Amino acid sequence: MEYVIDMRNIRKEFPGIVANDNITLQVKKGEIHALLGENGAGKSTLMNVLFGLYEPEQGEIFVKGNKVVNNDPNIANSLGIGMVHQHFMLVDKFTVTENIILGKEPTKGGKVDLQTAAKEVQALSDQYGLRVDPYAKIEDISVGMQQRVEILKTLYRGADILIFDEPTAVLTPQEIVELIQIMKKLVNEGKSIILITHKLKEIMEVCDRCTVIRRGRGVGTVDVSDSNPDSLAAMMVGREVNFKVEKVDAAPKEAVLKIKDLIVHDSRKVPAVNGLNLTVHAGEIVGIAGVDGNGQSELLEAITGLHKVHEGSIHLRDKEITNKSPRSVTENGLSHIPQDRHKHGLVLDFSVGENMVLQTYYQKPYSKSGILNFKPIFDKAKKLIEEYDVRTPDAYTPARALSGGNQQKAIIAREVDRDPDFLIAAQPTRGLDVGAIEFIHSKLIEQRDNGKAVLLVSFELEEIINVSDRIAVMYEGKIVAIVNPKETTEQELGLLMAGGKRGAVHAE
Amino acid sequence: MQNNTNKMKFLVPLISVFLGLLIGGIIMLISGYPPIEAYAALFEGIFGESYYRGETIRQMSPLILSGLAVAFAFRTGLFNIGVEGQLLVGWLAAVYVGIFVDAPAIIHIPLAVLAAGVAGALWGSVPGILKARFKVHEVITTIMMNYIALYSTNEIIRNFMLAPGERTENVKESASLASPFLQELTDNSTLHFGIIIAIVAAVIMWFLLWRTTLGYELRAVGFNQHASQYAGINVSKNIVLSMAISGAFAGIAGSMEGLGTYQYMTINAGFTGVGFDGIAVALLGANSAIGVILGAALFGGLKIGALNMQAMAGVPTELVGIVIALIIFFVACSYLVHWLMNRVNRGGKI
Repeated sequence: MEYVIDMRNIRKEFPGIVANDNITLQVKKGEIHALLGENGAGKSTLMNVLFGLYEPEQGEIFVKGNKVVNNDPNIANSLGIGMVHQHFMLVDKFTVTENIILGKEPTKGGKVDLQTAAKEVQALSDQYGLRVDPYAKIEDISVGMQQRVEILKTLYRGADILIFDEPTAVLTPQEIVELIQIMKKLVNEGKSIILITHKLKEIMEVCDRCTVIRRGRGVGTVDVSDSNPDSLAAMMVGREVNFKVEKVDAAPKEAVLKIKDLIVHDSRKVPAVNGLNLTVHAGEIVGIAGVDGNGQSELLEAITGLHKVHEGSIHLRDKEITNKSPRSVTENGLSHIPQDRHKHGLVLDFSVGENMVLQTYYQKPYSKSGILNFKPIFDKAKKLIEEYDVRTPDAYTPARALSGGNQQKAIIAREVDRDPDFLIAAQPTRGLDVGAIEFIHSKLIEQRDNGKAVLLVSFELEEIINVSDRIAVMYEGKIVAIVNPKETTEQELGLLMAGGKRGAVHAE
Repeated sequence: MQNNTNKMKFLVPLISVFLGLLIGGIIMLISGYPPIEAYAALFEGIFGESYYRGETIRQMSPLILSGLAVAFAFRTGLFNIGVEGQLLVGWLAAVYVGIFVDAPAIIHIPLAVLAAGVAGALWGSVPGILKARFKVHEVITTIMMNYIALYSTNEIIRNFMLAPGERTENVKESASLASPFLQELTDNSTLHFGIIIAIVAAVIMWFLLWRTTLGYELRAVGFNQHASQYAGINVSKNIVLSMAISGAFAGIAGSMEGLGTYQYMTINAGFTGVGFDGIAVALLGANSAIGVILGAALFGGLKIGALNMQAMAGVPTELVGIVIALIIFFVACSYLVHWLMNRVNRGGKI
């Protein structure tokens, strides 16, 4: 009995598509096994097959040596397979313990025995170094700790095979380091892990072996020690991928965005942006590095007119845009690739075409005297779909039906095509695969080279360092340092982001 | 996929109607009434004579408009449960203009209908403003506004417009939608010109929602307020506007009763029910303009046919109420219908 999970030649069809075609996934006991593939490659389908949510048309599944005939979602639990979901399934108002025991509550005399449960949770938490407070409420704890609660949930239910679905997508760099330690600890204690991801760096750092799928087909399984990021990326995408962002040095010109002594209050009336000064010039990309929650969202919302400015001023070119409406700011030459594409970037129930004119529908030629003109709208959409390689059946498809990467491409097409003076890109590559990331980075640099001012906000330090011409480190609502990406390291940035003093960092 | 969902949109109401009639029949059997005779009488009572056809179409007019009011609000992300109240104030406004204004019919009728629309719009915009300004949920405020409308209109009639018989006087002939021509055509039914207004309103709703920048904004706000705000759309303005337009449809529904069917307004002991039926009509019609017309036709037909069912087959009209409730039930839990259809498609295999 060599493999704890042995999925052989799995094939799963949906009407019109083969989602999984001849995929074999074999996980050894005590290893961290990466499942690598682009957005929409079929990773989720394969996991749903494993969980018994889908019945495969072909192939066999063995768990710990026993053949599984599996069309019952509960069977995965009883076999000791647990999933740590990307989008946490937690009740905000409940405590950690209440969340963990939910559905499997221990009782004493007809009442839920919270005390015993909390002790058990504490014991599990200590055993795996999860550092979770059993009595804390979910709404009061950090995203990283919420994820550890999800891990505890699977452990509490007796899982010894854990599946992590894109676990680092929501974490800060520090939290990622902690998570990786936790994963190593878990396998040391005899657990096996499947890590679903498209971040090659993490695979190199933590995984033993890696199974790659591309467009629904199994490409193969490799030992991570025998491979490198380039070879893995090539396996995943099917061609060579350029990691080093190609760009010439910036040639910054006049100042486009000028922020002076900005103070923005958050919803609790506490200053989230607290006396911030920043200038972005035409022809440069300024990257904002910072741990989530240091005022980045409030800063962007203040610039775009979505959040009230308390004090200070924002100028775009020579126009003051402080506390102007979003429409007025947009009309003054701002484009914005928002951080949350589902919340702000798209009306998911609108067609791709309708989404392409989200800020311009009231202008000619898209409408006249209040009547929409669909031909120009969809002509424009078709042009953008082609130019930006947005994979959609057509412009009439609802945006909801597109994969995350293609939704993002659609937003970028719309924002860049408006030909702004100033472009904000907030987390533009979050959750995207290397192919899409490469494309988006090249588009940002193209904008810069066309003389636009670009402000990039990202929690991926690698992205900040590779794409930016200047890095502004944001900490507690202020820009605490401006560094040159060529002369800094992730470690140094990490220190500055945590409020550390500038060491030998070269200031501009 | 898209084709499939469109087909389902059409099929679910159809199957729901079938299931409603089927189970209604079983209930009749259990209660000792003959279902086949009853349905034959029901059918006869809808299509059998030109009088019945006229009555059905007359019944449809306010139902279409109240259905449009609910559907319009729903398309923009709002639940207008206040159609009933907006209908009452519209009814009163139409009757008021019909009684107290002197004008030739060509001006008088549009003026009275317009007054009904404006009254409904103002009444509907109050919950809209409360929602936009203070984030008060429109379901609560619209329900409360229904009661305010009911008792205020009664008070106004009682104090300023009372005629013998707990009602207002008749509207002037120049404001009446009644048509001797249509009445003659349908064997002296109460059919009036209101149906034309209702169908025009359906076209207007479709055009407004799907062909104008205003409709684009309203739908965007309905689907995703955050993205709308990001795109520079004024969310508050659109919420108020949506409730006002929805209220206008409801108000005009009231003018159907005031200028058409009754020619006056009574002191109402309770709600007319037309506003609430609008919710069911919109649900049955999948909130589309054409669907609302079809839904109103079904509801109007069943209500008129029920009268004949009672007269001919001795089955109480309340049973039609049960059938209507069953149809709404099956549409509302369309999941059940989907599940049933999937089972049938798979040849009984789960």
